[in-house]
Amino acid sequence: MGNKLELVCPAGTPAALRTAVDAGADSIYCGFRDETNARNFPGLNFSPEEMAQGVAYAHAKGARVLVAINTFPRAGAAEIWHRAVDEAARAGADALILADMGLLAYAAERHPQLRRHLSVQAAAANADAIRFYVEEFGVKRVVLPRVLTVAEIAAINREVPCETEVFVFGGLCVMAEGRCSLSSYATGRSPNMNGVCSPASHVHYREERGELVSRLGEFTIDRVSKGEPAPYPTLCKGCFSVSGKRGHVFEDPVSLDAATLIPELAQAGVTALKIEGRQRSRSYIHDVVASFRRAVDAQAAGNPIPAGELRRLSEGQTTTAGAYRKTWR
Amino acid sequence: MPERPTITLGPLLFNWSADQWSDFYARIADEAPVDRVCLGEVVCSKRMPFYVDRIPDTIERLHRGGKEVILSSLALVTLKRERQMCADLAASGELEIEVNDLTMLAHLPKGRPFSISPLINVYNEGTLVHLAKRGATRLCLPPELPMPSIETLARAAASSGVVPEVWAFGRVPLAISGRCYHARVHGLAKDNCQFVCGKDPDGLKVETLDGEEFLTINGVQTLSFTHCNLLGDLGRLRAAGITSFRISPHSGDMVGVADLFRRVLDGDLEDSEATARLAAMMPEVIFANGFLAGACGADFVPSRRSSPADIRAS
Repeated sequence: MGNKLELVCPAGTPAALRTAVDAGADSIYCGFRDETNARNFPGLNFSPEEMAQGVAYAHAKGARVLVAINTFPRAGAAEIWHRAVDEAARAGADALILADMGLLAYAAERHPQLRRHLSVQAAAANADAIRFYVEEFGVKRVVLPRVLTVAEIAAINREVPCETEVFVFGGLCVMAEGRCSLSSYATGRSPNMNGVCSPASHVHYREERGELVSRLGEFTIDRVSKGEPAPYPTLCKGCFSVSGKRGHVFEDPVSLDAATLIPELAQAGVTALKIEGRQRSRSYIHDVVASFRRAVDAQAAGNPIPAGELRRLSEGQTTTAGAYRKTWR
Repeated sequence: MPERPTITLGPLLFNWSADQWSDFYARIADEAPVDRVCLGEVVCSKRMPFYVDRIPDTIERLHRGGKEVILSSLALVTLKRERQMCADLAASGELEIEVNDLTMLAHLPKGRPFSISPLINVYNEGTLVHLAKRGATRLCLPPELPMPSIETLARAAASSGVVPEVWAFGRVPLAISGRCYHARVHGLAKDNCQFVCGKDPDGLKVETLDGEEFLTINGVQTLSFTHCNLLGDLGRLRAAGITSFRISPHSGDMVGVADLFRRVLDGDLEDSEATARLAAMMPEVIFANGFLAGACGADFVPSRRSSPADIRAS
């Protein structure tokens, strides 16, 4: 494989964007400061002016900016999302990351020259679905859902007429992204509608019988002994009880680290590797991006991938290769 | 409201034995006042071989009972044989297909009419209009949508010639995964699952560590623990332009459920009385309609005319 993998890195703030560019990102993805993107957290994201400045900074250093507008526009309010698409084009973005069919149609019609990437939120999990998006909306790249094995990714790449991008590090959705309303079932707010999952506004902690209880809305998501680290109560990473047996029913509180799979992913024909975490700090972004820069360069030079160095950055201190290895089967 | 609202029986989401499956649809065909029945495997392609040879007779029986039959496609398509199932379904002839994953649209020739299931993300008019142009004739809206979105989408549907439907009864599908939770909680691998999901005709309950009944697992699917019940909301949904209502199969008396919805829609029964009867039919079930109010989906938010005491059964 002569092709060098593109390293796609998150930026929640203009400062994080500059940090990621300086640490060696090939591309940065970020979003506007509103409900149009799937990391709609307080204090995060870009104004239109900041976006234009960020694009200028990245371009000056040879990096690209991909703007995520990847929630599903609210009925009757599509102009907010349309405006975001127009602003991204005006800012000089290199691509849009979109999930909604109506919005893809809008972008294809209004800004045909601006590359359209399909967000993981669209959950296009096989070559036929990807073909549909390519033919219907001229999509140039698809971010693959995290439900696929490396072998399945390779099979997809043999068949599709577009690039693919896969997640290699950070938070791990165990559900097909963009097809999950667990969060709104418990809180009324969901990734698809509001760009948030298990939102902090609905998280409460309380102490009880020597345990720390973390709650989301009206539901207990976890209980840990006092003094133990209490993971953030993300709904699908919670500890529940089924038939009297207690455990992490959906997923352990682990995060994804597929660094050691980079050679296999390159072999599988993947174009770009994506790091999750637009909500993360600048120092985290710096460390992760720099580490993956070394890994991608090592792979391109045919050298072994330095393993495990990012473990301390992962939530819950343990990592998984997720669905990429066939352990879910 | 001149048009008589219709009732759709959604696809069976759970893993029932072939005999239970046939008996269920035979009774629906003969007795249930539903207009339309969605048939076929949505959740797990491995379940299909158990009853696939019974589908033709069941279609015939449902047709004899005056029901329109819609064939449902798989919700999460990753394996080669699953893609082939979609291709075969598209090539299968004259019955309308309900699309549960956009993979189906890659196989359906442009212009062939289809239905859109509640598992497809239709949150706005732009997407609705795009799908209508592509051939969508009926659309069951995503269950998490609040009332203002439903009103807007019902208007857009009317002007695009699409029949708008809402999820009105049954546990709500909340998520789908590449991982099988039934296998996981039984300590089994997905590829060697021994079909343990067959033990739970309405799914397996997930409780919080404080004993709150929370979710239901059904193989790779996660549903609500509560049953969505919009009997008390039918009036305002009709006023908003919704013309079709979906009830989702459970092991209880689905003919009875269909009958209550039919009678309320026909104005033969007060919704409060129907709700009380439904609660009496399934005393262990907790009802919810919170998504409509834009609240937590697990909540029950009483509409103006019914009192919560009538509705909360437990």
